[in-house]
Amino acid sequence: MLSLLQIEGLTHFFGGLKAVSDFNLELSGGEVVGLIGPNGAGKTTVFNLITGVYKPSAGQIRFEGQELVGLQSCQIISTGIARTFQTIRLFRDLTVLDNVRLGHFSQARYGIRDALIRSGNFRDEEKRIKDKALELLEAFNLTRYAYVQAKALPYGEQRRLEIARALSSNPKLLLLDEPAAGMNPREIDELLERIAWLKDEFDLTIFLIEHQMRVVMGICERITVLDFGETIAVGAPREIQTHPRVLEAYLGKEVS
Amino acid sequence: MGPKSRMTLVLVLLGFVLCLFLERSGLLSAYVLQISMYVGINIILTLSLNLVNGYMGEFSVGHAGFMAIGAYVSSIITVRVFHNQMGPLVFPLAVIVAGIVTAATSFVVAFPSFRTRGDYLAIVTLAFNMIVKSVLENIDALGGPRGFMGMGRLTNLANVYAWCLVTIFVVRNLVYSNFGRAVLSIREDEVASNLVSVNTRQMKIMVFLIAAFFAGIAGALFAHVMQFINPRSFAIQKSTDILVMVYLGGIGSIFGSVLGATVCTVLLELLRPLGVWRWVVGPIMLVVLMICRPTGIMGLKELIGLIPREERVLVKKEETDVVTASN
Repeated sequence: MLSLLQIEGLTHFFGGLKAVSDFNLELSGGEVVGLIGPNGAGKTTVFNLITGVYKPSAGQIRFEGQELVGLQSCQIISTGIARTFQTIRLFRDLTVLDNVRLGHFSQARYGIRDALIRSGNFRDEEKRIKDKALELLEAFNLTRYAYVQAKALPYGEQRRLEIARALSSNPKLLLLDEPAAGMNPREIDELLERIAWLKDEFDLTIFLIEHQMRVVMGICERITVLDFGETIAVGAPREIQTHPRVLEAYLGKEVS
Repeated sequence: MGPKSRMTLVLVLLGFVLCLFLERSGLLSAYVLQISMYVGINIILTLSLNLVNGYMGEFSVGHAGFMAIGAYVSSIITVRVFHNQMGPLVFPLAVIVAGIVTAATSFVVAFPSFRTRGDYLAIVTLAFNMIVKSVLENIDALGGPRGFMGMGRLTNLANVYAWCLVTIFVVRNLVYSNFGRAVLSIREDEVASNLVSVNTRQMKIMVFLIAAFFAGIAGALFAHVMQFINPRSFAIQKSTDILVMVYLGGIGSIFGSVLGATVCTVLLELLRPLGVWRWVVGPIMLVVLMICRPTGIMGLKELIGLIPREERVLVKKEETDVVTASN
């Protein structure tokens, strides 16, 4: 099967600190893959490298055969990758609807001249974007908040909105950065269901970072474990759970 | 064209008729007429700066520098190139050329300042303002520090009014579009903005150019009201005045800019009897405002009539209550 995302030898330094070292990954369409590891293992750095927030010191990232290294974030997102953030990064003063409409940014097919003269094309496109955004809000149970400022939403709803915004760019690959952070067990169950639903409904491949074993064990088909930037294990959830190096990273080494 | 748009058109035309009437009838004294034109020019300046500082959340502090370029370019065209011939015909063209030249110059500022993230823009624009002033002071052909004169009084109430409308029209249509949302998202969170595929650098440069274009227009209009310009009228002091108008009226608001420019201009005139002390009033007002209402009188709010119909939201009181109660 043709791989969707192919990462080879990805390495990144922060000054003298090796944040990610020789990271390899291959994702094929329709998978849910997890990236786990203790705090500071370099998980978010991997996401930042994929989405062009940082430029890798070495390595290649190919998405559907296209090289992403060297592209700007905005170009990378337009190729069909979307992400959420570990700490929620919504446009807080904008309405929920505008947050989702911004996700559609690259999909609006009108130029600045159309906007200035409010051409027919502009009106059609704006209507299409608004309808699609409202549809997404409906699917995420956020319709009643459409005209509320994003910052006024309860925490759980803000997390949902961030996923909705990411999806509105019509991605093929969704990167979720600790989607379960700050959630209680009941909310986590809900989230797991939602991710499974997302994957089928939007035909997505999902790559997610998680801290809590419980989450990744539940939904991931494959897991990569990072520790101090090094990949220490790759495999199915069951293998990972008993992998000696993973246990060591999470629980510490036994004193002999 | 719907009945509402026809109504707008009628109002716009009535405004023109009123402008012409006020000017010709002699009902207003020359002084009041002049102040009215300053109000209009300041509205253009405030609104264009609000685009950068209010909507986009950057901090540009050298708007008078751009105004100076527009003022000098248009004056050179009307006085040196056309020798005050065919004034009313040449003037609109001169104003537009002034705007374009100003926008082109602003690219020189925008390109390096938006290369990196951070607060470089404030420093670069401040420096730009000073450079423009000292360059003009040192060009003898343009009168140096003595200034440049000989312009006919080509600006009238009607064309100030027309340019105000153009500015409002452009800003409104820009803000309530995909581009406008992108501009707002830069203010909210630049990293996230990039990651919803907004090319933030390109967007910032574009907005900055549009703002400079209108500053140039305002400068051109100003030069042909005053009929005399010198580098000192475009010093940092002038830039500060525009900043005060923006933050007083309210960031991210068209109506706020109109209000801020009008209130400041009129108030400064009314306070003339105070002598130099009137310059104290503005800063005090600003300090009080920043404490009581940090986003300005109309901060982030808009007059409903200025919002395109399809973007208007009339949220009923109960609905908002439900939402706030659930928090």
